Amino acid sequence: MKTILNGIFKENPVLVLLLGLCSTLAVTTNFENAYLMGICVIIVLTFSNITVSLIKKIVPKNVEVPVYILIISTFVTILELLLEHYIKPLYDVLGIYLPLIVVNCIVLGRALSVASKSNIRTSFKDAIGIGLGYTFVLMIIALFREVIGNNTLTIMSSTSKLTGYKLVYKVFDANTLFPMNILITPAGAFLTLGFLIALFNFIKGGKKNESR
Amino acid sequence: MNLVNIFITALLTENVVLTKFLGICPFIGTSKSRKSAISMGLSVMLVVTLSSIITYFLYHYLLVPTNTEYLKTVLFVLVIASFVQLLEILLKRYFKSIHKMLGIYLPLITTNCAVLGIVLLNITNDFSFIEMLVYSVSSSLGFTFVIYLFSSMREKIENSDVPAPFRGYPIALITAAIMALLFSRYV
Repeated sequence: MKTILNGIFKENPVLVLLLGLCSTLAVTTNFENAYLMGICVIIVLTFSNITVSLIKKIVPKNVEVPVYILIISTFVTILELLLEHYIKPLYDVLGIYLPLIVVNCIVLGRALSVASKSNIRTSFKDAIGIGLGYTFVLMIIALFREVIGNNTLTIMSSTSKLTGYKLVYKVFDANTLFPMNILITPAGAFLTLGFLIALFNFIKGGKKNESR
Repeated sequence: MNLVNIFITALLTENVVLTKFLGICPFIGTSKSRKSAISMGLSVMLVVTLSSIITYFLYHYLLVPTNTEYLKTVLFVLVIASFVQLLEILLKRYFKSIHKMLGIYLPLITTNCAVLGIVLLNITNDFSFIEMLVYSVSSSLGFTFVIYLFSSMREKIENSDVPAPFRGYPIALITAAIMALLFSRYV
Protein backbone atom coordinates (compact mmCIF):
# COMPACT_ATOMS: atom_id res chain seq x y z
CA MET A 1 0.00 0.00 0.00
CA LYS A 2 2.82 2.35 0.89
CA THR A 3 4.53 1.78 -2.45
CA ILE A 4 1.28 2.53 -4.26
CA LEU A 5 0.61 5.77 -2.38
CA ASN A 6 4.22 6.73 -2.90
CA GLY A 7 3.67 6.48 -6.65
CA ILE A 8 0.57 8.63 -6.52
CA PHE A 9 1.83 11.46 -4.32
CA LYS A 10 5.46 11.56 -3.34
CA GLU A 11 6.90 10.26 -6.60
CA ASN A 12 4.11 11.28 -8.92
CA PRO A 13 5.58 10.71 -12.40
CA VAL A 14 4.10 13.83 -13.96
CA LEU A 15 4.01 16.41 -11.18
CA VAL A 16 7.26 15.57 -9.41
CA LEU A 17 9.46 13.66 -11.84
CA LEU A 18 8.22 15.50 -14.98
CA LEU A 19 8.16 12.30 -17.03
CA GLY A 20 5.83 11.30 -19.81
CA LEU A 21 4.78 14.82 -20.57
CA CYS A 22 4.17 14.28 -24.29
CA SER A 23 1.14 12.06 -23.82
CA THR A 24 0.00 13.99 -20.76
CA LEU A 25 -0.35 17.15 -22.77
CA ALA A 26 -1.56 15.60 -25.99
CA VAL A 27 -4.46 13.37 -24.98
CA THR A 28 -6.03 15.52 -22.27
CA THR A 29 -8.44 17.42 -24.51
CA ASN A 30 -11.06 14.86 -23.66
CA PHE A 31 -11.79 13.20 -20.31
CA GLU A 32 -12.42 9.77 -21.77
CA ASN A 33 -9.20 9.72 -23.79
CA ALA A 34 -7.29 10.73 -20.69
CA TYR A 35 -8.38 7.88 -18.47
CA LEU A 36 -8.18 5.32 -21.25
CA MET A 37 -4.63 6.45 -22.02
CA GLY A 38 -3.91 6.07 -18.32
CA ILE A 39 -5.25 2.52 -18.37
CA CYS A 40 -3.10 1.72 -21.43
CA VAL A 41 -0.01 2.98 -19.61
CA ILE A 42 -0.90 1.01 -16.47
CA ILE A 43 -1.22 -2.18 -18.53
CA VAL A 44 2.07 -1.69 -20.38
CA LEU A 45 3.88 -0.61 -17.24
CA THR A 46 2.65 -3.57 -15.21
CA PHE A 47 3.56 -6.17 -17.81
CA SER A 48 6.93 -4.64 -18.60
CA ASN A 49 7.84 -4.26 -14.93
CA ILE A 50 6.96 -7.89 -14.21
CA THR A 51 8.87 -9.17 -17.24
CA VAL A 52 11.92 -7.06 -16.52
CA SER A 53 11.92 -8.19 -12.92
CA LEU A 54 11.70 -11.82 -14.04
CA ILE A 55 14.64 -11.66 -16.43
CA LYS A 56 16.80 -9.15 -14.58
CA LYS A 57 19.44 -11.74 -13.66
CA ILE A 58 20.12 -12.98 -17.18
CA VAL A 59 20.37 -9.57 -18.90
CA PRO A 60 23.95 -8.24 -19.08
CA LYS A 61 24.29 -4.70 -17.77
CA ASN A 62 25.56 -3.14 -20.99
CA VAL A 63 22.61 -4.16 -23.16
CA GLU A 64 19.98 -3.36 -20.55
CA VAL A 65 18.38 -0.42 -22.35
CA PRO A 66 17.86 -2.05 -25.78
CA VAL A 67 16.49 -5.24 -24.18
CA TYR A 68 14.03 -3.32 -22.03
CA ILE A 69 12.93 -1.12 -24.92
CA LEU A 70 12.29 -4.24 -26.96
CA ILE A 71 10.17 -5.74 -24.18
CA ILE A 72 8.18 -2.54 -23.78
CA SER A 73 7.60 -2.14 -27.50
CA THR A 74 6.37 -5.72 -27.74
CA PHE A 75 3.70 -5.06 -25.13
CA VAL A 76 2.77 -1.78 -26.80
CA THR A 77 2.37 -3.52 -30.15
CA ILE A 78 0.12 -6.16 -28.57
CA LEU A 79 -1.97 -3.41 -27.02
CA GLU A 80 -2.10 -1.56 -30.34
CA LEU A 81 -3.39 -4.62 -32.18
CA LEU A 82 -6.01 -5.30 -29.50
CA LEU A 83 -7.25 -1.71 -29.53
CA GLU A 84 -7.35 -1.55 -33.30
CA HIS A 85 -9.54 -4.61 -33.33
CA TYR A 86 -11.86 -3.95 -30.40
CA ILE A 87 -11.97 -0.16 -29.85
CA LYS A 88 -11.25 1.35 -33.27
CA PRO A 89 -12.44 4.91 -32.44
CA LEU A 90 -10.03 5.11 -29.51
CA TYR A 91 -7.21 3.75 -31.65
CA ASP A 92 -7.84 6.49 -34.21
CA VAL A 93 -8.03 9.26 -31.61
CA LEU A 94 -4.87 8.30 -29.76
CA GLY A 95 -3.05 7.97 -33.09
CA ILE A 96 0.72 8.13 -32.80
CA TYR A 97 0.57 8.73 -29.07
CA LEU A 98 -0.21 5.05 -28.58
CA PRO A 99 3.07 3.75 -30.10
CA LEU A 100 4.82 6.61 -28.31
CA ILE A 101 4.18 4.83 -24.99
CA VAL A 102 7.37 2.95 -25.95
CA VAL A 103 9.47 6.06 -25.48
CA ASN A 104 7.37 7.33 -22.62
CA CYS A 105 10.13 7.95 -20.12
CA ILE A 106 7.94 6.66 -17.28
CA VAL A 107 7.91 3.07 -18.50
CA LEU A 108 11.61 2.81 -19.31
CA GLY A 109 12.56 4.83 -16.25
CA ARG A 110 10.68 2.47 -13.94
CA ALA A 111 12.15 -0.59 -15.66
CA LEU A 112 15.66 0.73 -15.12
CA SER A 113 15.30 2.24 -11.67
CA VAL A 114 12.93 -0.18 -9.94
CA ALA A 115 12.10 -3.38 -11.80
CA SER A 116 15.69 -4.29 -12.65
CA LYS A 117 16.62 -4.08 -8.97
CA SER A 118 13.70 -5.50 -7.02
CA ASN A 119 11.54 -8.63 -6.83
CA ILE A 120 8.31 -9.19 -8.73
CA ARG A 121 6.04 -8.12 -5.89
CA THR A 122 7.67 -4.75 -5.41
CA SER A 123 7.88 -4.01 -9.13
CA PHE A 124 4.23 -4.95 -9.59
CA LYS A 125 3.17 -2.63 -6.78
CA ASP A 126 5.40 0.11 -8.09
CA ALA A 127 3.88 -0.19 -11.57
CA ILE A 128 0.36 0.09 -10.18
CA GLY A 129 1.25 3.08 -8.03
CA ILE A 130 3.08 5.01 -10.72
CA GLY A 131 0.43 4.11 -13.30
CA LEU A 132 -2.36 5.32 -11.02
CA GLY A 133 -0.46 8.51 -10.26
CA TYR A 134 -0.11 9.16 -13.98
CA THR A 135 -3.78 8.40 -14.67
CA PHE A 136 -4.84 10.62 -11.80
CA VAL A 137 -2.99 13.65 -13.14
CA LEU A 138 -4.26 13.02 -16.65
CA MET A 139 -7.84 12.90 -15.39
CA ILE A 140 -7.50 16.14 -13.44
CA ILE A 141 -6.00 18.00 -16.39
CA ALA A 142 -8.55 16.58 -18.83
CA LEU A 143 -11.47 17.38 -16.56
CA PHE A 144 -10.38 20.99 -16.33
CA ARG A 145 -9.55 21.37 -20.00
CA GLU A 146 -12.64 19.69 -21.38
CA VAL A 147 -15.21 21.26 -19.07
CA ILE A 148 -13.92 24.79 -19.43
CA GLY A 149 -12.48 24.60 -22.91
CA ASN A 150 -15.23 22.69 -24.66
CA ASN A 151 -18.15 22.90 -22.23
CA THR A 152 -18.69 19.12 -22.35
CA LEU A 153 -17.75 16.15 -20.23
CA THR A 154 -17.18 12.90 -22.10
CA ILE A 155 -17.25 9.88 -19.84
CA MET A 156 -18.00 7.19 -22.38
CA SER A 157 -18.13 7.74 -26.09
CA SER A 158 -15.55 5.85 -28.14
CA THR A 159 -15.96 2.70 -26.05
CA SER A 160 -19.75 2.89 -26.32
CA LYS A 161 -19.89 0.09 -28.87
CA LEU A 162 -18.20 -2.22 -26.38
CA THR A 163 -20.16 -1.25 -23.27
CA GLY A 164 -23.47 -0.17 -24.76
CA TYR A 165 -23.53 3.17 -22.93
CA LYS A 166 -22.90 6.64 -24.22
CA LEU A 167 -22.32 9.32 -21.63
CA VAL A 168 -21.55 12.82 -22.89
CA TYR A 169 -22.73 15.73 -20.78
CA LYS A 170 -23.08 19.40 -21.53
CA VAL A 171 -21.91 21.23 -18.44
CA PHE A 172 -22.99 24.87 -18.59
CA ASP A 173 -25.95 26.48 -20.31
CA ALA A 174 -25.09 28.62 -23.29
CA ASN A 175 -23.36 31.78 -22.10
CA THR A 176 -20.72 34.22 -23.22
CA LEU A 177 -17.90 33.03 -20.95
CA PHE A 178 -17.78 29.33 -21.77
CA PRO A 179 -16.39 27.54 -23.67
CA MET A 180 -12.98 29.14 -23.46
CA ASN A 181 -11.41 27.65 -26.54
CA ILE A 182 -7.89 28.48 -25.49
CA LEU A 183 -7.81 25.57 -23.03
CA ILE A 184 -8.36 23.07 -25.82
CA THR A 185 -5.43 24.46 -27.83
CA PRO A 186 -1.86 23.31 -27.09
CA ALA A 187 -1.20 26.53 -25.19
CA GLY A 188 -3.97 25.61 -22.77
CA ALA A 189 -2.29 22.28 -22.09
CA PHE A 190 0.99 23.91 -21.08
CA LEU A 191 -0.86 26.48 -19.01
CA THR A 192 -2.96 23.93 -17.11
CA LEU A 193 0.00 21.70 -16.34
CA GLY A 194 2.08 24.69 -15.22
CA PHE A 195 -0.58 25.86 -12.80
CA LEU A 196 -1.22 22.31 -11.56
CA ILE A 197 2.46 21.79 -10.70
CA ALA A 198 2.54 25.20 -9.02
CA LEU A 199 -0.53 24.27 -6.96
CA PHE A 200 1.06 20.94 -6.05
CA ASN A 201 4.27 22.70 -4.98
CA PHE A 202 2.22 25.18 -2.98
CA ILE A 203 0.38 22.45 -1.06
CA LYS A 204 3.60 20.51 -0.49
CA GLY A 205 5.41 23.66 0.65
CA GLY A 206 2.62 24.42 3.10
CA LYS A 207 2.86 20.94 4.62
CA LYS A 208 6.61 21.22 4.99
CA ASN A 209 6.29 24.45 6.91
CA GLU A 210 3.66 22.98 9.25
CA SER A 211 5.81 19.99 10.17
CA ARG A 212 8.64 22.29 11.05
CA MET B 1 4.68 24.46 -53.82
CA ASN B 2 3.68 21.40 -51.84
CA LEU B 3 7.20 20.99 -50.51
CA VAL B 4 7.38 24.63 -49.42
CA ASN B 5 4.04 24.13 -47.76
CA ILE B 6 5.26 21.10 -45.83
CA PHE B 7 8.40 22.95 -44.82
CA ILE B 8 6.62 26.01 -43.42
CA THR B 9 3.88 24.07 -41.61
CA ALA B 10 6.32 21.65 -40.00
CA LEU B 11 8.64 24.46 -38.99
CA LEU B 12 6.12 26.93 -37.59
CA THR B 13 2.39 26.33 -37.49
CA GLU B 14 2.55 22.63 -36.71
CA ASN B 15 5.73 22.75 -34.71
CA VAL B 16 6.49 19.34 -33.21
CA VAL B 17 7.11 20.69 -29.73
CA LEU B 18 4.44 23.32 -29.38
CA THR B 19 1.51 21.75 -31.18
CA LYS B 20 2.21 18.01 -31.22
CA PHE B 21 3.91 17.86 -27.82
CA LEU B 22 6.72 15.67 -29.09
CA GLY B 23 10.05 15.92 -27.29
CA ILE B 24 8.74 17.83 -24.31
CA CYS B 25 11.11 16.05 -21.92
CA PRO B 26 14.30 17.41 -23.52
CA PHE B 27 12.50 20.67 -24.23
CA ILE B 28 12.02 21.23 -20.50
CA GLY B 29 15.04 19.27 -19.32
CA THR B 30 17.92 20.53 -21.43
CA SER B 31 16.84 24.10 -22.04
CA LYS B 32 18.47 25.67 -19.03
CA SER B 33 21.34 27.09 -21.06
CA ARG B 34 21.60 28.08 -24.71
CA LYS B 35 24.63 25.91 -25.28
CA SER B 36 23.00 22.66 -24.19
CA ALA B 37 19.87 23.59 -26.14
CA ILE B 38 21.85 23.96 -29.35
CA SER B 39 23.69 20.68 -28.78
CA MET B 40 20.46 18.84 -28.14
CA GLY B 41 18.85 20.42 -31.19
CA LEU B 42 21.72 19.48 -33.47
CA SER B 43 21.78 15.88 -32.21
CA VAL B 44 18.06 15.58 -32.81
CA MET B 45 18.38 16.98 -36.33
CA LEU B 46 21.13 14.54 -37.20
CA VAL B 47 19.39 11.49 -35.79
CA VAL B 48 15.92 12.34 -37.10
CA THR B 49 17.06 12.97 -40.65
CA LEU B 50 19.20 9.87 -40.95
CA SER B 51 16.89 7.49 -39.11
CA SER B 52 13.86 8.58 -41.10
CA ILE B 53 15.71 7.70 -44.30
CA ILE B 54 16.55 4.26 -42.90
CA THR B 55 13.07 3.58 -41.55
CA TYR B 56 11.44 4.79 -44.77
CA PHE B 57 13.27 2.16 -46.80
CA LEU B 58 12.76 -0.53 -44.19
CA TYR B 59 9.04 0.15 -44.05
CA HIS B 60 8.43 0.28 -47.78
CA TYR B 61 10.78 -2.48 -48.87
CA LEU B 62 10.66 -4.87 -45.92
CA LEU B 63 7.45 -4.49 -43.92
CA VAL B 64 4.98 -3.70 -46.69
CA PRO B 65 5.95 -6.59 -49.03
CA THR B 66 5.89 -9.08 -46.16
CA ASN B 67 2.60 -7.71 -44.82
CA THR B 68 3.95 -7.06 -41.33
CA GLU B 69 3.23 -3.35 -40.98
CA TYR B 70 2.12 -3.87 -37.38
CA LEU B 71 5.73 -4.49 -36.42
CA LYS B 72 6.70 -0.92 -37.27
CA THR B 73 6.86 0.32 -33.67
CA VAL B 74 9.21 -2.46 -32.58
CA LEU B 75 11.39 -2.17 -35.67
CA PHE B 76 11.64 1.63 -35.59
CA VAL B 77 12.57 1.72 -31.93
CA LEU B 78 15.26 -0.87 -32.57
CA VAL B 79 16.58 1.07 -35.57
CA ILE B 80 16.74 4.33 -33.61
CA ALA B 81 18.36 2.75 -30.55
CA SER B 82 21.03 0.92 -32.51
CA PHE B 83 21.58 3.84 -34.87
CA VAL B 84 22.20 6.23 -31.99
CA GLN B 85 24.71 3.79 -30.55
CA LEU B 86 26.46 3.43 -33.90
CA LEU B 87 26.52 7.17 -34.46
CA GLU B 88 28.09 7.70 -31.08
CA ILE B 89 30.88 5.22 -31.81
CA LEU B 90 31.52 6.73 -35.26
CA LEU B 91 31.58 10.29 -33.99
CA LYS B 92 33.87 9.37 -31.13
CA ARG B 93 36.27 7.73 -33.53
CA TYR B 94 36.29 10.13 -36.48
CA PHE B 95 34.75 13.47 -35.47
CA LYS B 96 36.05 14.15 -32.00
CA SER B 97 35.01 17.80 -31.94
CA ILE B 98 31.36 17.08 -32.79
CA HIS B 99 31.28 14.26 -30.29
CA LYS B 100 32.62 16.56 -27.61
CA MET B 101 29.93 19.12 -28.36
CA LEU B 102 26.99 16.68 -28.44
CA GLY B 103 28.44 14.64 -25.57
CA ILE B 104 25.82 13.32 -23.19
CA TYR B 105 22.87 14.44 -25.31
CA LEU B 106 23.30 11.78 -27.93
CA PRO B 107 22.36 8.71 -25.82
CA LEU B 108 19.37 10.60 -24.43
CA ILE B 109 17.88 10.73 -27.91
CA THR B 110 16.89 7.07 -27.85
CA THR B 111 14.02 7.90 -25.53
CA ASN B 112 13.20 11.22 -27.16
CA CYS B 113 9.65 11.02 -28.41
CA ALA B 114 10.37 13.59 -31.13
CA VAL B 115 12.49 11.09 -33.06
CA LEU B 116 10.07 8.16 -32.95
CA GLY B 117 7.16 10.57 -33.39
CA ILE B 118 8.51 12.17 -36.56
CA VAL B 119 9.50 8.81 -37.99
CA LEU B 120 6.01 7.42 -37.35
CA LEU B 121 4.34 10.55 -38.72
CA ASN B 122 6.32 10.12 -41.94
CA ILE B 123 4.59 6.78 -42.36
CA THR B 124 1.08 7.78 -41.25
CA ASN B 125 1.13 10.85 -43.51
CA ASP B 126 1.93 8.68 -46.54
CA PHE B 127 4.79 10.87 -47.70
CA SER B 128 6.87 10.23 -50.79
CA PHE B 129 10.64 10.09 -50.34
CA ILE B 130 11.30 13.79 -51.04
CA GLU B 131 8.35 14.94 -48.94
CA MET B 132 9.53 12.70 -46.12
CA LEU B 133 13.00 14.22 -46.30
CA VAL B 134 11.68 17.79 -46.24
CA TYR B 135 9.30 16.97 -43.39
CA SER B 136 11.99 15.37 -41.22
CA VAL B 137 14.48 18.19 -41.75
CA SER B 138 11.97 20.96 -41.16
CA SER B 139 10.38 19.29 -38.13
CA SER B 140 13.70 18.80 -36.41
CA LEU B 141 14.75 22.31 -37.43
CA GLY B 142 11.55 23.51 -35.79
CA PHE B 143 12.51 21.60 -32.65
CA THR B 144 15.96 23.22 -32.58
CA PHE B 145 14.51 26.67 -33.26
CA VAL B 146 11.95 26.48 -30.47
CA ILE B 147 14.29 24.92 -27.91
CA TYR B 148 16.85 27.67 -28.61
CA LEU B 149 14.30 30.47 -28.22
CA PHE B 150 12.99 28.84 -25.06
CA SER B 151 16.44 28.45 -23.51
CA SER B 152 17.31 32.10 -24.04
CA MET B 153 14.06 33.03 -22.31
CA ARG B 154 14.76 30.70 -19.44
CA GLU B 155 18.19 32.19 -18.88
CA LYS B 156 16.44 35.50 -18.27
CA ILE B 157 13.79 33.94 -16.03
CA GLU B 158 16.46 32.32 -13.84
CA ASN B 159 17.52 35.79 -12.71
CA SER B 160 14.07 37.19 -12.05
CA ASP B 161 11.96 37.07 -8.93
CA VAL B 162 9.33 34.36 -9.38
CA PRO B 163 6.80 33.40 -6.65
CA ALA B 164 8.08 30.34 -4.79
CA PRO B 165 5.56 27.71 -5.94
CA PHE B 166 6.12 28.73 -9.57
CA ARG B 167 9.90 28.48 -9.48
CA GLY B 168 11.48 25.98 -11.85
CA TYR B 169 9.16 23.88 -14.01
CA PRO B 170 5.82 25.69 -13.58
CA ILE B 171 7.09 29.03 -14.85
CA ALA B 172 8.85 27.22 -17.69
CA LEU B 173 5.59 25.55 -18.70
CA ILE B 174 3.69 28.82 -18.56
CA THR B 175 6.36 30.44 -20.75
CA ALA B 176 5.92 27.54 -23.15
CA ALA B 177 2.17 28.18 -23.14
CA ILE B 178 2.69 31.74 -24.28
CA MET B 179 5.07 30.54 -26.99
CA ALA B 180 2.54 27.94 -28.10
CA LEU B 181 -0.05 30.67 -28.38
CA LEU B 182 2.22 32.59 -30.75
CA PHE B 183 2.89 29.54 -32.88
CA SER B 184 -0.65 28.23 -33.09
CA ARG B 185 -2.82 29.08 -36.03
CA TYR B 186 -5.95 29.49 -33.93
CA VAL B 187 -5.08 33.04 -32.94
